Amino acid sequence: MTEQLWRVISLQDHNTRVVIFGAAMLGLAAGLVGCFTLLRRRALVGDALAHAALPGIAIAFLWVTAMGGDGRSLPVLLAGATVSGMFGIASILIIRRGTRIKEDAALGIVLSVFFGLGLELLGIAQQMKNGNKAGLESFIYGKTASMVASDAWLIAIASLICVVICVGLFKEFKLLCFDEAFAGSRGYPVVLLDAALMSVVVVITIIGLQAVGLVLVIALLVIPAASARFWTDRLVWMMVLSSAIGMVGCLVGAAASAMLPRLPSGAMIVLTTGVGFLISFFVGARRGLLIRMWRRRSLNASIDRQHLLRELYELFETDPSRLSVSWDELVQARSWSNKRLRKILEQASSDGWISENITKMEFALTKRGESEARRLTRRHRLWELYLIHHADIAPQRVDRDADAIEHVLEPETVAELESLLNAELGERRMPTDPHASSTEGVEA
Amino acid sequence: MIGLAETEPFWMVEWNWALDGWIVAAGMLCAVASSLLGCFLVLRRMSLLGDAISHAVLPGLAAAFLISGSRSSGWMFLGAVIVGVLTALLSDWIHVRGEVDEGASMGVVFTTLFAAGLVMIVLAADKVDLDPGCVLYGAIESTPLDTWAVPIPILGSTDVPRVVVVLSIVTLINAAFVILFFKELKMATFDAELATSSGFSAKAIHYVLMTLVAVTAVASFESVGNILVVAMLVVPAATAYLLTDRLGMMIVLACVIGAACAWAGHVAAVEIPTWFGFRSTTTAGMMAVATGFAFTLAVVASPRRGLIPQLCRKHWLRWTILTDDVLAFLYRMEEKTLDERPIADAMAMQADLDAWMADVLLTNRFAIKSAVKYHAWRGRIETTQAEASTSTSTANVENQSETLVPKLTDVGRTEAESLVRSHRLWEQYLVTRVDLEGSRIHQKAHQLEHFTDRQLQDQLDHQTDSPEKDPHGSPIPSASDKQS
Repeated sequence: MTEQLWRVISLQDHNTRVVIFGAAMLGLAAGLVGCFTLLRRRALVGDALAHAALPGIAIAFLWVTAMGGDGRSLPVLLAGATVSGMFGIASILIIRRGTRIKEDAALGIVLSVFFGLGLELLGIAQQMKNGNKAGLESFIYGKTASMVASDAWLIAIASLICVVICVGLFKEFKLLCFDEAFAGSRGYPVVLLDAALMSVVVVITIIGLQAVGLVLVIALLVIPAASARFWTDRLVWMMVLSSAIGMVGCLVGAAASAMLPRLPSGAMIVLTTGVGFLISFFVGARRGLLIRMWRRRSLNASIDRQHLLRELYELFETDPSRLSVSWDELVQARSWSNKRLRKILEQASSDGWISENITKMEFALTKRGESEARRLTRRHRLWELYLIHHADIAPQRVDRDADAIEHVLEPETVAELESLLNAELGERRMPTDPHASSTEGVEA
Repeated sequence: MIGLAETEPFWMVEWNWALDGWIVAAGMLCAVASSLLGCFLVLRRMSLLGDAISHAVLPGLAAAFLISGSRSSGWMFLGAVIVGVLTALLSDWIHVRGEVDEGASMGVVFTTLFAAGLVMIVLAADKVDLDPGCVLYGAIESTPLDTWAVPIPILGSTDVPRVVVVLSIVTLINAAFVILFFKELKMATFDAELATSSGFSAKAIHYVLMTLVAVTAVASFESVGNILVVAMLVVPAATAYLLTDRLGMMIVLACVIGAACAWAGHVAAVEIPTWFGFRSTTTAGMMAVATGFAFTLAVVASPRRGLIPQLCRKHWLRWTILTDDVLAFLYRMEEKTLDERPIADAMAMQADLDAWMADVLLTNRFAIKSAVKYHAWRGRIETTQAEASTSTSTANVENQSETLVPKLTDVGRTEAESLVRSHRLWEQYLVTRVDLEGSRIHQKAHQLEHFTDRQLQDQLDHQTDSPEKDPHGSPIPSASDKQS
């Protein structure tokens, strides 16, 4: 066992070396192409395409065998797969354009009907003299182990061509994915580019059949790209990451399959990339679940802090003579639970915005806290004033609206508000509270 | 499950009720159970969720076996259904929480689960014979082998295949769900917000639907295999969608189509390969192919939306417009003949009339010829020998003497008058009432004249204060002519 493991890892066996190299190239190319299909929201077209390839494989086998050739040679089978895959794509397009059936049902129809036809033909192929199913069935589950060096070379070269096309047409494909209409208006041949992209997808899917199998080949196109999306917003980096994930997945899968021939290679490849997806989903640096949760928490915390500071400021403002604000007043001020308020106060105190007495029941603003609170209150009231004077919203209703937006007002917006509200502001630096019970604000 | 997919089909070509009857029954039940739900999947644009769920059967079975350690069908069923529902939930979760495209999130979930299932099967292979092929293609041929004794009130108990019993129960559950919650399903499908605002949760309906799809997929996989469950879920429903606009009708049609395809599929699987000297092949695959045929047929020939009927309607419309135009053309020519006889005559005779008409009406001579023939057949036009004596130019006499010149009969003239009246009334209307420029009215009137009936004519006449002449100065034929 360990000896075998070493043989695989050290790539001593020429055949293993080539096969693993081919699989890695495939993973790389699939990851690259997958980015475009994912962004074009065509992720599952590859699935229908792969299933639609089955009848082609069977027909190619039957035909070439009937002609007396070797029906099981890979180029023959892949040629058949390509033709019938193209038929599948054409059917999807016809159904979508010519009838009122939507894309999802069109995919489902092509996928299942072509697969059914493929099973029929495969059943017939098995009845022929040398139609031993082992050769053909590897297309359903994938079997890297059954690849020979020449097959792997074919796969590697086809993958390389796809990579070259994607890199060469990078700008065009990018435009196609993000703004098709704009691309058309700039004079790019959109239909032709779309066809080129679909052809690349077809090639990747078909050569992936041998390694991953037709049920799972879609995973090669979808999972690496979807994983990479969690890490970055830039297409270039997404493509680099996606190819890397695809390549690692295929390397591990193919190696596992070479070691344990019983283990289905396609499943191993998919599971490896699946682990990559899981990790990306949770810890992805741009859109991962954890980073989102953290962002939401810190936003909530900052909103709470701002509310607290503004509340304190307003309490001090209505009664300038007071020295501190009590816990009870703060509890009443907003719908904060005791626990949450305690947490907010502790955070604010440790950040140096407020000072508390020894019993932790009386609070005052520190110098720094006061200037920050003034800034926040000013921002809030500016927006309220804007809503009252320029959006014609009743003073009773502006508080909530201002509450919702004040936390995201940029300094530039505040400056703009100031210049806009110059007349209303008059001499004062701080606008008055439009719905304070005191008469002062209303008159202003 | 019992590995029978590997064995040769065991029946001969002859139909055997005990075998083929049960196989067809299983197929039909599966088709009906799937079609009932499939209609909603298609309408809600979730067809591929059916695909994803049906793939989840494999890992579900494997996991159930690994956890429970038994091959009892109860555990297997439960495991597969749970993983099926989990697939729907997980895809939804990844789609919403990770902001991943819906299709992609499904693709990630079902492929990963399926791969996990394959690996689990390899791990479990020492202890049990789980054939992934059987899950994929089904083993409908083994249906009659595994039977349960089912008590029937009057006849005593009969041996009924287990698959048929399970599928019957599932079909009943699905039918009950669809019938009892028809209104809710309809509302949740077409207007989820309305459903939520009228007090029941569209989401709850969604998840019940998903659960039932999972149950159906699991119950069906043994007979048709999990990819072909997709065929039964999606294709009959999509076919019915092309045939009708009413939801109730669509469901009924989908069930009928599905059942018919199941039967046809089995017959085809037994019969067709023998024509080419092979033995019969898998029924399940043929059933999917049969649904594909039904769908293709609907795409091509559905009375309202089929490609051919649409094409026919388009051509019929084009033809009526052309024949109308020919009548109106001849009328205008006659009109000219009355005023400026020599010129019109010269024009009519200068080359052959067909070519001229084709030129004016933007079509080809063949179309004109057939339109004239059609009118002659309907008695609106009579063709007479061109009278050489009326011709002022003698150069073409020899050529023209052979030509038949179409002339309006009285019937034809009345119809043509009506058309021209519509045309000119429209022109008048467009100028006086719509303030359209003079240069644009002819085109518009030309389009509208074909769709103007007597009543509309009268109204136009009324609106334009019964004009004598149209904006171009041509007289408007009076309506009373028609009656006299």
